[in-house]
Amino acid sequence: MNKHSSYVPKGLYPFKTILIISLSLIVVISFYLISSIRTESFIWHFFVKFPNVIGLIGDFFPPDWSYLEQVWPKLFETIHMAIIATTIAVIISIPFSLLTANNVTTTTWIYQFMRFLLNITRTIPDIILAVVFVGLFGIGAFSGIIALIIFAIGILVKLMSEVIETIDMNPTEAIRASGGNGLQTISFAIVPQVLPQFISFSLYVFEINIRASLVLGLVGAGGIGQLLNKEINFMNYPAVSTIIIIVFAVVVVIDYISGKLREGLV
Amino acid sequence: MSNQPLTLPKKPKSKLKLVKRVIVLIAIVLIYIWTFSNISIRWESIFSVRTLENIDRIIPRFFQPAFEETGSIMEMMIETIFIAYTGSLAAAVIAVPLAFLCASNMVRNKFLNNIGMWILGAVRAFPEIVLAIIFVAAVGPNPFAGVLAIAIGSTGMLGKLYSEVIESIDMNVIETLEASGANKMQILFYGIMPQVLPEFLSYAIYRFEIDVRASSVLGIVGAGGIGTLITFAYMNRNWEEVGMILLVIIITVTIIDQISGFIRKRLV
Repeated sequence: MNKHSSYVPKGLYPFKTILIISLSLIVVISFYLISSIRTESFIWHFFVKFPNVIGLIGDFFPPDWSYLEQVWPKLFETIHMAIIATTIAVIISIPFSLLTANNVTTTTWIYQFMRFLLNITRTIPDIILAVVFVGLFGIGAFSGIIALIIFAIGILVKLMSEVIETIDMNPTEAIRASGGNGLQTISFAIVPQVLPQFISFSLYVFEINIRASLVLGLVGAGGIGQLLNKEINFMNYPAVSTIIIIVFAVVVVIDYISGKLREGLV
Repeated sequence: MSNQPLTLPKKPKSKLKLVKRVIVLIAIVLIYIWTFSNISIRWESIFSVRTLENIDRIIPRFFQPAFEETGSIMEMMIETIFIAYTGSLAAAVIAVPLAFLCASNMVRNKFLNNIGMWILGAVRAFPEIVLAIIFVAAVGPNPFAGVLAIAIGSTGMLGKLYSEVIESIDMNVIETLEASGANKMQILFYGIMPQVLPEFLSYAIYRFEIDVRASSVLGIVGAGGIGTLITFAYMNRNWEEVGMILLVIIITVTIIDQISGFIRKRLV
């Protein structure tokens, strides 16, 4: 009795778990040390540079509100680019997402090929797409729209094909059994099941496109980023802060609207 | 009796729904009209001989990557990974207290929850490139600016995901610990952490994947990493180098995605 009552467990975890955890912790921390030294971003750098951040806030404020007139047209261009790109990307990604879902496309090599293509597309940063298209089509909104379309297709097809893969296949079978052809199967068995998610993802991609189109402008692919780039180069910080505040507001508003719409959908 | 044609009952129609649909439809049509009437695309310059010449000139060069630049490009790519790693690790740590602040089962104070949510929401609304611009202006054009941008940008998303994880934990365990007299620290380490840690790590690694992609872009505004090279190559119209950079990014990102996918599968 006495022997049992004096027993106190050493710890909750077995030795092996502790070993693995400590080893991975050492790896993580040492890699952190290497990378923080290499990037000159050790924690004390933050405190050394902190006065600069404070000084910068002085440069950025107050925002130059008279600059707003120049912001609106470019802002609308950004939104237009995102709308057009999202619309076209949605249309294009419908057949592609069907081809990338392994329960609809039962031919293995087509499915594998599409997967591979999709994975490659998703790894290309949007900025490189924009750089290439600006080189091809010249500076302007068109290059940005094309870059956004490809960028958006990568995300949409991935999300959509995953949804299509999880649908209930019984309706498909039922329609096939009663003599429906391939197109009828898709439109009466698959589309009703995935439509809410599809619209939700389209809105989500629209949100992403708004942010992405900001980056694209930095290399001349149209939109508000172009303006931002110009003002940074002129070190016109009050104007920069006006643009940033407007972008912030637009992103918040659009996220909110599309979030509410998506809540209603799914 | 059997001659009577079979009729299905009519679908119930609600007026309100119809009106709603019409309003939505009109709104969408108006948005599209507004978009297409305002967008300025110079079609004549896009469908011109020059574009064809460009395609002829650029595309072949693009597919002949400049392999002789591999060394310097790899070096910058490693710097990019370091930026992403330092940034996401910092974010993974900063996000924890913010997530606890947001989780309604940890901090039973609606006001504090909302403050936490507001902070995270505000941070998320800033695109990373904008953060990078701000930090480049603050600390100068070096990788440190990129690290700060990645760290702050990732905190928003990680904090939100973490707080959702914390809110979904099994509270019975904590009650049991409380009942047997554990103090706050013990509850944290033996009740909460074991439940949330695997998912925290999984999300942090996932965010690292995203950050590698994000930090490859930040160099465009001078925040270090491979983006710097993209700018130079693009300014010099050096398409072979752009092709090579793209190749390196694709391969690196794919490898990192595979590794992190493997680790995450083991974790959860």
